[in-house]
Amino acid sequence: MNTLFDKIWDAHVVRKVEDGPTQLYIDRLYCHEVTSPQAFEGLRERGLKCFRPKQIFCMPDHNTPTHDQDKPIADPVSKAQVDALARNAAEFGLTHFGMMDPHNGIIHVVGPELGLSLPGMTIVCGDSHTSTHGAMGAVAFGIGTSEVEMVLASQCILQSKPKSMRIRIEGMLGKGVTAKDVALYLMAQLTTSGATGYFVEYGGSVVRDMTMEGRLTLCNLSIEMGARGGFVAPDETTFAYLKGRNYAPKGDDWDRAVAYWRTLQSGDDAVFDRELVFDAADIEPRITYGTNPGMGIGISDAIPALDTIPEAGQASFLKSLGYMQFQPGEKLLGKPVDYVFLGACTNGRIEDFRAFASLVKGHHKAEGVTAWLVPGSWKVDGQIRAEGLDKVLAEAGFEVRQPGCSACLAMNDDKIPAGCLAVSTSNRNFEGRQGPGSRTILASPYTAAAAAITGVITDPRQFLK
Amino acid sequence: MKQSFNTLTSTCIPLPLENVDTDQIIPARFMKSTTRDEKFFGDHLFFDWRHRPDGTPNPDFVLNNPACQGSTILVAGKNFGSGSSREHAAWAIAGYGIRVVVSSFFADIHKNNELNNFVLPVVVSEAFLGELFASIKADASTLVTVDLPNQTITNHATGHSETFEINAYKKHCLMNGLDDIDFLTADKALIEAYEKKRP
Repeated sequence: MNTLFDKIWDAHVVRKVEDGPTQLYIDRLYCHEVTSPQAFEGLRERGLKCFRPKQIFCMPDHNTPTHDQDKPIADPVSKAQVDALARNAAEFGLTHFGMMDPHNGIIHVVGPELGLSLPGMTIVCGDSHTSTHGAMGAVAFGIGTSEVEMVLASQCILQSKPKSMRIRIEGMLGKGVTAKDVALYLMAQLTTSGATGYFVEYGGSVVRDMTMEGRLTLCNLSIEMGARGGFVAPDETTFAYLKGRNYAPKGDDWDRAVAYWRTLQSGDDAVFDRELVFDAADIEPRITYGTNPGMGIGISDAIPALDTIPEAGQASFLKSLGYMQFQPGEKLLGKPVDYVFLGACTNGRIEDFRAFASLVKGHHKAEGVTAWLVPGSWKVDGQIRAEGLDKVLAEAGFEVRQPGCSACLAMNDDKIPAGCLAVSTSNRNFEGRQGPGSRTILASPYTAAAAAITGVITDPRQFLK
Repeated sequence: MKQSFNTLTSTCIPLPLENVDTDQIIPARFMKSTTRDEKFFGDHLFFDWRHRPDGTPNPDFVLNNPACQGSTILVAGKNFGSGSSREHAAWAIAGYGIRVVVSSFFADIHKNNELNNFVLPVVVSEAFLGELFASIKADASTLVTVDLPNQTITNHATGHSETFEINAYKKHCLMNGLDDIDFLTADKALIEAYEKKRP
């Protein structure tokens, strides 16, 4: 009752279907090339047009190669999917940022940085990490392709209203502990289904003090606790980030918008279905050891022993460790690493590159480690170069690639080979996620950087002043 | 594909693992199709569990068990369909011929995706699920009946039944082969009226 989620949700209700879901109005739909073609095909089969084309933005990101983007994509199947998005956008009159367009990048990096994702909006995309945009103070969630088709056809969606949860993280984060570590900690506490059925509002002093980049990382990972979405109430940090961005309101419109955005807060009397509070002092740099993001530990901890796992979950636990080639009860510090991946909608923003570069500065990439550093967008790439981070990285033996989703889900050529161990700043460590047979350890940019220069799983704090 | 659902009785495909994610149901590399070819996705259902790394069928995986051929009910551990929003996972399940997925807990997005593809997710208690796994383990020919009009599921081996939840709107859609787009596009004036009155 009287939560910010209620306020935004209620303002978008077109009607409540009797004994059924709510017809919810959607302000912004993003389309990428993988989950949209069948939705456009559906419109054609039904003879429908797009209802509100100006509210829809399209860009390819999953299949895009991270090199030679000025040339046609070599993989014909990837190329066909990317080309189909451009064709569909043209046919239905939608804005499209194709490869090499200065506005292209990962859709969840581009939306906020262009000011397309604004406080108070409802935002959807056929992608579970749409929760990212919640950092702007929006209700943002991932949907399936049939639901993409619904929004294309009617700018509405049918959804049951989720329950509300508030998670507050209070205190001060320790040295080398980032928003990514906070999120990995929350997933381990709640498990990957602990927030299913809920929308999460993040708060507390840690979140208030977080940069927008940190909030975007935190909200991005809401889905990995099962939550449909997570958001942060907009504040001065949000407004300062948005001011002057390409699609953000300008002039008097800006002043009016900010006045409205300031009202977007949960009431003092707000009642949440569930409230959780965590102490920042309990969070250290985190890594995962298994094949779902909830299977995580502090970097110096050991993998749980089998007898600490409930019986119904033991088969999955053992299957997972068998896949990862780890033993119950063992520590991971010092394990040799084959690949390091910095990027994805989770950690492909400028702050992530600053963190990685600050740690590797004055060191050199370990022999035997292959490192893929992939900016989340061309805008991030431009910032990296403007700040000279590319030179710092080059001196340490690292190359910055071209933007896209890349090795997060390996739909392009960036596949971790079978059996290889990767420390990755992405969001999922599922079996085969980064390529068939790949083994993934999720971590922050600092922890990825420490692994990249030492060649083994390393506590990044020893390199931080 | 639009189809109506009423009552069905079938043997089951048991998958007693928790947190089965949609990356396993359909690996990302099979998502490059631009059409909704359910047969293609069905052929690649659980591809990396169904096959050995060399591409030959994995005889230990349940879909390759002769006793499960023709089954239209998948029974899985809790938190089925977690992770990616890919509807391709629901297309793969439907394309393989599965009409019902039984679990004690489903991930939100995947559950909607199943419903939007006329696959019925049936949420049962942990106790019912555990007993059903035990029944199937003891006898692979164990039959289960799912009755949508009465919202019941019955394990024939034990005779135990449970009721399951589904909202009246979606039940109506499933029983009559209707989808949400038919519903949403039927009244554009309502949406335009909303747009006019919003702040």
